[in-house]
Amino acid sequence: MNNIPPIAIEFASLNFPTIMPMIIAVVGALVILIVDLINKNLDKSLYVMLTVLFLMIDLGVIIGFSSDVRGFFDLLLVDGISILSQGIIVIASIFFILTAMGKLRFQEYRYPEYFALYLFMIAGFQFMVSSDSLILILVGLETASMALYTIIAMHNRTNALEAAIKYFTMGALSTAFFAFGSLIFYALTGTVELGKVSEVLVSSNYENYPLVLLGVVFMLGAIGFKLSLVPYHTWVADVYEGSTAALAGFISIVPKMAAFVVALRFFEIFIASGDPFVEIVLYITVVLTITIPNIIALLQNDMNRMLAFSSISNAGFAMTAILIGTTQATQALFLYWLMFLITNLGAFSFLWINRSKNHTSLPSDHAMEKYAGLIKRDPLSAIMIGLFLFSLAGIPPFALFWGKLYLIGSAVNAGYVTLALIMVINSAIAGYYYLKPIIFIFLKEPNKETEVELLANSTPTIRIMIGFCAVLVVFSILLIEPLLEIISYYVQISGY
Amino acid sequence: MEYILTILIFFPAFAALIGFLVKNDSIRAYAIVVTSLQFVLSLFLWMNFDTNEAQMQFTHIIPLISSYGINYHVGVDGISLFLVIMTTFMTMISVIGLSEKKDLKNLIITLLFLEMTMVGVFLALDAIVFYLFWEFSLIPMLYIVGAWGGTLRIYASIKFFLYTFLGSLIMLVGMLYLGYVYYITTGMYSFSLEDWNMLILPFDMQLWLFIAFFCGFAIKVPMFPFHTWLPYAHGQAPTIGSVILAAILLKMGTYGFVRFSLPLFPDASVYFTMPMAILALIAIIYTAMVAYAQEDMKQVIAYSSVSHMGIIILGIFALNTEGIGGAIFLMISHGIVSGALFMLVGVVYDRRQTKLIKEYGGIAKVMPKFATIFAIMLMASIGLPLSIGFVGEFLSLIGFFKVSATLTFVAGLTIIFGAVYMLTMYKKVFFGPLKSEKNKDLKDLNKRELTALIPLVALVVILGVYPKPILAPVEKSVNHLVEIMKIKGDDNTRVEILNRNSIEGSR
Repeated sequence: MNNIPPIAIEFASLNFPTIMPMIIAVVGALVILIVDLINKNLDKSLYVMLTVLFLMIDLGVIIGFSSDVRGFFDLLLVDGISILSQGIIVIASIFFILTAMGKLRFQEYRYPEYFALYLFMIAGFQFMVSSDSLILILVGLETASMALYTIIAMHNRTNALEAAIKYFTMGALSTAFFAFGSLIFYALTGTVELGKVSEVLVSSNYENYPLVLLGVVFMLGAIGFKLSLVPYHTWVADVYEGSTAALAGFISIVPKMAAFVVALRFFEIFIASGDPFVEIVLYITVVLTITIPNIIALLQNDMNRMLAFSSISNAGFAMTAILIGTTQATQALFLYWLMFLITNLGAFSFLWINRSKNHTSLPSDHAMEKYAGLIKRDPLSAIMIGLFLFSLAGIPPFALFWGKLYLIGSAVNAGYVTLALIMVINSAIAGYYYLKPIIFIFLKEPNKETEVELLANSTPTIRIMIGFCAVLVVFSILLIEPLLEIISYYVQISGY
Repeated sequence: MEYILTILIFFPAFAALIGFLVKNDSIRAYAIVVTSLQFVLSLFLWMNFDTNEAQMQFTHIIPLISSYGINYHVGVDGISLFLVIMTTFMTMISVIGLSEKKDLKNLIITLLFLEMTMVGVFLALDAIVFYLFWEFSLIPMLYIVGAWGGTLRIYASIKFFLYTFLGSLIMLVGMLYLGYVYYITTGMYSFSLEDWNMLILPFDMQLWLFIAFFCGFAIKVPMFPFHTWLPYAHGQAPTIGSVILAAILLKMGTYGFVRFSLPLFPDASVYFTMPMAILALIAIIYTAMVAYAQEDMKQVIAYSSVSHMGIIILGIFALNTEGIGGAIFLMISHGIVSGALFMLVGVVYDRRQTKLIKEYGGIAKVMPKFATIFAIMLMASIGLPLSIGFVGEFLSLIGFFKVSATLTFVAGLTIIFGAVYMLTMYKKVFFGPLKSEKNKDLKDLNKRELTALIPLVALVVILGVYPKPILAPVEKSVNHLVEIMKIKGDDNTRVEILNRNSIEGSR
C-alpha cells in the first residue's frame, strides 16, 4: 500500500478572508433553516430581515477588501471587478428580497427554505465572480442556478412550474456547453485557470486554432444562455412571465451581473490579443442581441413580457462593453448595470405591488390595459412608473441615459462608430415599446368596465423602496461622478 | 446676478413642483403669476445685458461629471437672449389665453416643465446639458398632445416623439464624437461649446459631423422631407400645444444650426449651402402649395410654419450678418405671429368645436374685433412691410441674395404664395354670406382673449416699425459668429464668407 504523503498547508496560506463573504451567506442560510427547525410558526418578515441582515454583513466584508487577493490554492481571486460585482450582486439582492414583504400571501414565502435558497444562490454567484478557475466558476454557476430553478418553481402555479422546467433544461444544456468548453481549454493548455490559459495560448501562438475556436463557441453558448444573448434567449420571456414580477426583476439583474464578470474574464483573453474571429462572432451576437428582442418587444401586450425582451436588449447593450474591451468600456459596463438595477428594481417592484390574486378579465397578470388611465386614478404611482419607463428608454436626465451615454461614448472613443449608431437606432426603436405603457397610463381614459384593483400587494416597505428608486432615477446625475470614481478605482486595480 | 440664468431655467420647474399643492380651481391664476414672474425675470436679464458685448455673458459653470468633461455651463449672448425672452413671453401669453378645462392642473404643471426645458435649451453652453434639455422637452409635449389632443392624438404624439427622438440620438453620437476629438487634441474631455469652438476639424470629419447634427436639428425645424410629423402634431394638439410648438419648439432646431453647426463646422456649412438651400426652397414652395389645399385652418397655419422655417434656414445658410441676423429676427417674429394665429384659431374652435374652413363664412360681421386682429396677424405672417414679419423675411432674403440671386428670387415667390393661401383662407372664413345658422350668434373676443392678443398685436406693429432694439444686439453677436467662422475656416471658406459679407456678394 502506497502511503499518500501528508499534505501540509499553512492556515495563513489559505488566505481565509477571501472566502468570508460567501461563508457569511451560507451561514445565514443555515441559520434560517435552524430557526425554522426550532419554531415552525414564524412570520416571513423575520426571515426577510434575517436575510437582509446577513447580506448586510456580507456587504460589509466585501467593502473591506481593497486590492487583489488570491486564496484557497489560487482558486479564489478577489480582484477589483470581483469586489465591484459582488457589491452590486449583494446590494441588488438586499433590495429584491425586500419585495417579499408584499401584503398578499404567496405560496413560496410560507417556506423558510425560500430564503435559505436565496442566500445559497447569492453565495453561488459570489463564487462565480471571484474566481478565474473554470471549475470553481462552474460550481458557483450550478449552485446558484439550481437554487434559482427551485425558487421559481416554488411559486406553485402552472406557468411557474413551466418556467422552472424550461429554465432548468436550458440551463442544463448551457452547463454542458460550459463543461465541454472548459474541457477543450484544459486539453489545449493543461490548466483551467483563465490567466494561465491565456499565457499558454499566447506563448504557443494559438496552436490548434480550430480547436480553440471550438472552445470559444462552446463557452459563448454557455455564457450566452446566462446572459440571454441571441440566439440563446428563447427561455427569457416565458421564465419572466412564469415567475413573480419581483423575481423576474431579480433574474434580469443579478445572474447577469455574475455572467458578465465571467464573460469579461473569458473574452478578455481574445479581445486583448485582437483575435478577429472571436471579435466578429461577438460583434454579430451583440448586434443581434440588441436588435431582435427590440423588434419582438414591439408586439408584446404584457408589461412583464415586454420588460423581459427589453432586458435582453439591455444585456446586449452592456455586452458591447466586453466587445469594445477598453478600460472605459469596462467602467461603462458597471455603471450601466447599476443604473439598470435602479430602474428595473423600480419597474418590476411597481408591477409586483400591483399583482392581485383576484381573477380578472384581463389576458395576463400585467396586461397593459390594467394600467389604463392610471394618471387619473393614482397620479403618484403613474408618475413613478413613467419615470422608470422613460429611464429605460434612455431619456435624459434619468438614470439609464447616463449609462447609455457613457457606453456609447466608450464605443465612439474606441472607434466603433458603426456600433454606436446601431445602438442609438435601437434606442429609438425601443422608445416605441416603452411608449406603449406610457400611452395606456397617461393618455388613455380609465377602463370603467374592468375596474381592476390596484396596489393590491403594496406595503409601506415596498412603496418606500420604489420611492427611493424614483428619487435615485431623477437625481442620478449627482450619482454618476462618485460612482464613476469608485468604479474606475476598482476596475483599474484589477487591470481591465 | 451671477445665477440669474440658472434661476431662469429652474424657476418654472420649481414652481411646477410647488404647483402640485395648489387647488385645481386656482391653478390658472397660479400659472399666470408664475409665467409673468418668469417673463419679468427675463426682462430683468435684458436690462442687465451688456448690448455692446458680443461674447457670452452671465456664464456660470458647475462641474457635473468632471472625469468625462460634462459641466453644467450656461450663458447668454445676443442670439439667445431674445429667444429666451420670446419663450417666456409666449408661454405667459398662451397661459393667459388658455381655455382648456379638462385636467387643468396636470396641463399647467406639464407646461411649466416644458418652459424649463425650452429656456434651458437656449441657455445651455455644454453640449450634453443642451441635449438633456432638448430631449427632455419631448416628454411634456408628448403628454400635452397625447392627453389633450384631438381624435388622432395618440398617433400624432408618438410620431412626434419617435421622429425627434431618433434624430437627436444620432446628434448625440456626433456630440460624443466631438468630445472624443477634443480629448485626442488636448488630452481632456470637454463638451463645452466654447472649448469646441477652438477646434479646427479636418474637412471630411466636418462633413460627417455636420450630417449627424443635421439629423437632430432638421427634424426639429422641420425641414423637408422630415416635416411629416408636424401637420399631425399641430392638427391634433390642443391650442396651447400648437402655440408652444410653433412659437418656440421649432426654433430650437434653427437655433441649433446657428449655435452648433455654423461655428463648429464652417467648411461643411459652406459646402452644404446649396443642398440646404434647395431643401429649404422645396419646403418653402411645396408646403405653401400644400397649405393652399388644406381644409382645416390649423393645418394651413401649420404648413405655413414649415414654409417660414424654410426662409429661416435660407437666411442662416447665407452665412452673412444680414442673413443670420434676419433669420434670428424671423424666428422671434414667426414665434409671435404663428403663436397668435394658432390662438386665434383656438378662439373660434372653443366656440364652434371645429376648425374646418367650410364651416365658417362671413363671420367678420359677428366677430369684428376677432376679424381685425386676425387680419393684422395675417398681414404680419405674409410679411407686409411695417409689420414684424417683413423685417426678418426681408433680411434673410437679402442675405441670401448675395449667395444666389436666382434662388432668392424663387424664394421671394413665397411672399406671393403666402399671400394667396392666407388671403384665400381669410376670404372664405370672414367674408361672404353668413352661411351657417350656428355662426349667427358667435360671441366676439372676450376680455381674457383680448388680454392675451393685444400685446401680440402691439408687438407686431412696434417691432415692425422699429426693430432696432432687437436687431442691434443680435447683429453684434452674429458678427462675432461670422468672425469665428472666418478664423476657423480653410482658405476657400474664408474667401467665400468674406465675399458673402461684402456688398457685391459672391456672384
